[in-house]
Amino acid sequence: MSIDMSQFHQVFFEECFEGLEAMESGLLTLDMGDIDSEIINTIFRGAHSIKGGSGTFGFTVVAEYTHIMETLLDEMRDGRRKVTQPAVDVLLGSVDCLREMLTAIQNEQNVNNASVEKHKTALEVVLNGGSVAEEPALPVEQEFTSEEVSFNDAPDVDEEESVELEEQGWKIAFCPYLDLLKTGNDPVRLFRELNELGELTTTVNIQDVPGFYELDPEECNISWDLKVVGDISGDEIREIFNWVEGDCEMEIQPLAKAVKLPPVVKKIDPEPTPVIIPNNPAPKSVEVKPKPVTETKKPDSQDSDNEAAKTTAKASSIRVDTDKIDTLINMVGEVVITQSMLGLVGENFSMDKVGQLKRGLAQLERHTRDLQQSVMNIRMLPISFVFSRFPRLVHDISSKLDKKIVLKLVGENTEVDKAVVELINDPLVHLIRNSLDHGIEMPADRVAAGKPETGTIELKAYHRGGHIVIEIIDDGRGLDKDKLLAKAIEKGLIEENNLLTEKQIFELIFMPGFSTAEQLTDISGRGVGMDVVRRNIQSLGGNIEIISELGKGTTIAIHLPLTLAILDGQSVAVGDETYIVPLVSIIESINITERMLNKVAGKGETFRLRNEYLPVIRMRSIFNVHSGNPTKSKEGVLVVVEGQGELCCLLVDELLGQQQVVIKSLEANYRRVEGVSGATILGDGSVALILDVPGLVRFSIR
Amino acid sequence: MTTDVQSNNSRVEQFLTFQLAGEAYGVEILKVQEIRGWEAVRVIPNTPAFVKGVLNLRGSVVPIIDLRERFSLEHFDYSPKTVVIVLCVEHGANQFVMGIVADAVSDVLDINLEDIKKAPNFGSKIDTRYMRGMHVYKKKMIMLLDVDKLLNPDEVEGIESLV
Repeated sequence: MSIDMSQFHQVFFEECFEGLEAMESGLLTLDMGDIDSEIINTIFRGAHSIKGGSGTFGFTVVAEYTHIMETLLDEMRDGRRKVTQPAVDVLLGSVDCLREMLTAIQNEQNVNNASVEKHKTALEVVLNGGSVAEEPALPVEQEFTSEEVSFNDAPDVDEEESVELEEQGWKIAFCPYLDLLKTGNDPVRLFRELNELGELTTTVNIQDVPGFYELDPEECNISWDLKVVGDISGDEIREIFNWVEGDCEMEIQPLAKAVKLPPVVKKIDPEPTPVIIPNNPAPKSVEVKPKPVTETKKPDSQDSDNEAAKTTAKASSIRVDTDKIDTLINMVGEVVITQSMLGLVGENFSMDKVGQLKRGLAQLERHTRDLQQSVMNIRMLPISFVFSRFPRLVHDISSKLDKKIVLKLVGENTEVDKAVVELINDPLVHLIRNSLDHGIEMPADRVAAGKPETGTIELKAYHRGGHIVIEIIDDGRGLDKDKLLAKAIEKGLIEENNLLTEKQIFELIFMPGFSTAEQLTDISGRGVGMDVVRRNIQSLGGNIEIISELGKGTTIAIHLPLTLAILDGQSVAVGDETYIVPLVSIIESINITERMLNKVAGKGETFRLRNEYLPVIRMRSIFNVHSGNPTKSKEGVLVVVEGQGELCCLLVDELLGQQQVVIKSLEANYRRVEGVSGATILGDGSVALILDVPGLVRFSIR
Repeated sequence: MTTDVQSNNSRVEQFLTFQLAGEAYGVEILKVQEIRGWEAVRVIPNTPAFVKGVLNLRGSVVPIIDLRERFSLEHFDYSPKTVVIVLCVEHGANQFVMGIVADAVSDVLDINLEDIKKAPNFGSKIDTRYMRGMHVYKKKMIMLLDVDKLLNPDEVEGIESLV
């Protein structure tokens, strides 16, 4: 009987966090002037399913807490309560509180009771405070109620109501198992007891009674429909049937249920009870709580914030669009067909079937590629998974700083690899905090500068080439080049009379220990620095770039590879070695002879490409390759590559071919090697190294 | 009584012994993942000479280390008898798979831990950090290696920076 519920916990938590996110974004989009009932419905549904789920899994603390939220939301939904900013703020607080609770439960830690209690009280204050004033509006709203309730999944609501409220009677379907009588139970005795509680009506159901000759007098073939009328609580009824619990099928329902729920709600509303109902679970929960209190965790919200972030990153399951899976299954089918076709060709092969074989192989190749693409697609998630939490961040921080800021999200549906989604969050939070804190000016300063009072931060994602680009654009004060330079010189990071390009000056902010903020605030200036942001992004194989104009604003663009598992590569030969150059970084390839290279200062070599002098990296010398035919190095192929915005030429012996390669980590069993970003396995089973182009450029400069 | 037998058993460990320039070496058999013949590897640029390169071991990329070069023994051309012993090395919480090139594998020995002698101190001339100890078998000496210390990636890198 016992099903291991914990196997569903992961899914439950994921659903909860999704629900919370939906609630949060709903609450943030609520416009006080013009309430969209659909948004309230969404928020309500979120709370409702969390309550249902946590009840099922026995997380009573969560269920009770959500119940209060739900009551409040329900009243808002019905229009019985006005949606006010303070109420919304309290609800936002509750969303945080719920998230904390769920995270704690997920990590099998103790729930922080103090903060839960605090939020609960806040909720109850809102709940009790407003309701009296709204009472007169009630009759008008009643029609609404009936509509809304039937629209929502009603049975769930019933159950709760029926447990908590005492109905005027009960309907009991009592169907004993065949051997009820053998256990010494007598239904008649039960009925007699029921009759003592209230007026009992019985209907006997004898359709299961067999014919006379098959009849076993010791078996109970009869079932009953019972109706008890009177002011009886459900527990009293259940107590009577306690003895026969394992020996029968039984359903106890309140009589009123047949009359449908809405009237019940209506009947109850005018009474003073509704205020008590939401309060009811509260004292109960107080009793429940002392049990887990061993050592309450310090109520450091920052701490739990971090934990929440950690757990999201830890979750390793993925939700996939069924469409994607259907495509995948389709592809697998195609592959199987092709495979059996090839099998048929191979069975009694003769040379005249070569054409057929080739066609089959071509088909197989195409299908394999498609299959691979659809598998990779499964790992792709819309970037909205990351973006969706930023409205809240902006909302909270801008109110803390007394700034007026709107956040615009563009291209949330752009898809990126799951690993990227997980790792890009922290750097983005840091960058957005920076924009909020240092970028956007105070409203008064903005007006003085002739800009609209409300600042805008735009978070934009789009695909370009094999990359995804994420841009954070603010219309704030921009970066001050002179200030940056002065600061860098003061800190001794650069020489005084160094001439830097604009780009290089902006790059300064990525240097460790560089901060131009006059004072550190608690919003930025702590935690990860910009150098860490850049390092994180580079570790994802991306790069970051800043465009800024003083007084107009700053744009920070992050370029990231779409996926971290597979790349399109160009294999090149250097001596006997084969290397893979990522196709995305190749601009062009040119056949050259030795004479076309120019020596600079007797050492470095350059190549003149359309009036531009590009540095040349000889792969042979940088990688110490001695094998192969040395005369061949007289002529070779120059591969013009771009790494971190710099053009550069790699001199290789020849180009071999393009192919998609699966990236294998060298670090898994060895360590990082300079100029190499990973390894892959070629068609013949041998290993080839993948070149890290930006790394090579840096390496060659040294 | 039974505890005695058990503790006796637990003091015996199995070692895989192999030949390297005429000397016998041993590694704990529990660390050995497989033994395979020598095959060409892909050279990793700018690594110490004893890192021969990487090999495709059923989808994972495994570095191969030549112990002769690692121990500065005379070089020996690889022959059909040359083997690669693939070892699973623990380093901190991580596990690494690495291969070592040996002239030939010889035997698996049960060695009582009590019979393992501590490596003598040769002063600074010979580094005994990677030695677990010595064992005498049939009047021949076997050097037992501590592979976790010998093959951990930091150590491999550290050597390079010293050179």
